[in-house]
Order: sequence, then C-alpha cells, then structure tokens
Amino acid sequence: MLLAVAAGGALGGLARHGLASAFPVRAGAFPWTTLVVNVSGSFVLGVVAVLAAARWPGRRLLRPFLGVGFCGGYTTWSTAMAETVLLARDHHAPTATAYLVAGLLAAPAAALFGLLLTAARLDPGGGT
Amino acid sequence: MTAVGVAVGAAAGAVARYLVAQALHARAARFPWATLAVNVTGSFALGLVIGLGLPAGARAVVGTGFVGAFTTFSTFALDLVRTAEDAGARPATGYVAANVVGGLAACAAALALTGAL
Repeated sequence: MLLAVAAGGALGGLARHGLASAFPVRAGAFPWTTLVVNVSGSFVLGVVAVLAAARWPGRRLLRPFLGVGFCGGYTTWSTAMAETVLLARDHHAPTATAYLVAGLLAAPAAALFGLLLTAARLDPGGGT
Repeated sequence: MTAVGVAVGAAAGAVARYLVAQALHARAARFPWATLAVNVTGSFALGLVIGLGLPAGARAVVGTGFVGAFTTFSTFALDLVRTAEDAGARPATGYVAANVVGGLAACAAALALTGAL
C-alpha cells in the first residue's frame, strides 16, 4: 500500500516537475502551469474516485497508486499558495487574486465533472 | 539528477500525506481535517524553503518533491465536492476558507520569518 502511494507520488511529482520545466512562468506573470496541473489533476482524481469505487472495487491498489499517489503528488497546494503570496508581495495583487479564484473555482469544478462524467459513462441508462 | 531528487522527495511527501490521512481518519469522516493539516503545514514549509534560499538541488528534493507532493490540490477539490454534497454549504465554505486563509497565512509567515516578505 505504501509502495503504491510512493510510486504514484514519484510519478506525479515528476510529471509536475516536467511541466514546470517545459513551461516556466516568469516572476510576476500568471502561473498558468500550476493552474493547469491542479485543474487537470483534480479532473483525473474525480475519474479515479468513481472507477475505484464502482468499476474496480477489487483493485485495492488503484486508489492508493493513482488517487493518493499520482494525483496527490502531481497537484500541489503549497506552490499555489506561495505563487499567490509572492505575486501579492511583488505588487501584482490583481494577478494574485485572479490566480487564486481561478484555481478555487476550476479545480473543484473539474473534480465534479470527472465524477459525473465517469458515473454517467459507467451507467449510461441510469443518469448520474 | 534533479528529476531523481524530485521523484524521491515526491514519493516521501505522498507517503507522509497518506500517513497523516490514516492518523486523522476518524476525524476526517465529518470534515477533511487531514487535507487541511497537510496543506497548511506544507504551505509553511514551502515558505521556509523559498525564504531560506536553499541551493537548487535541495529546493528540488524538499520544495518541488516533498512539499509539492505532501500538499494536494486535487484531494482538496474532491473533499470540497464531497463535503458540499454530504454536509452542506456551510462546512464546505468553512473548508475552503480554512485552506485558503491557513495556507496563505502560513506561507506568508514563513517568508516573513526568513526575511523574504
């Protein structure tokens, strides 16, 4: 169980690091890379939550590996907070506010979309 | 080389988050305390990493790897949806506020402590 979490976390952290290296954001600019990571990871976690509970309940490592490990290691709260604080410190308060609000709206919406979409596809006749 | 450090740090961070979630499991049934705890403490830790100006290698392992994986936005998002569904708007709003205010304040405090704010 711990090994699945560790392996997923390592892969998630690497994916985030790879994207941050490929799409660096200059100081003072809107941190698109972290936002995309956090929103896409929230969507995947919504999908994984339904699959682990409804589709493959017997696969006990699915959630620890993909959900807790990969999605948890891929997305990050601390970087989002640090980016917001540093933008505000460096006199980019409107960008900091827009970034914070965008993440708080888009990530939960993406998680909900992942949940509903996956549930609907697993049970096409029964609504969500 | 940096990638190896990030992977090792992230593996440890994810496991640490999992252990906190296990330890707070009983409390988390009503309110996602575990995610709140890791997100606020991790935001403080990242503030320290940034404020102390650690060398690039240490920043990759501790900041990008460990703290980045210890904290989580996706579980926050899913927790929020579940809390809103199961407990209603007020606990959900409180959960968002606690994560945001706690995370921002913790990060700012760590930057201030290290003279970087």
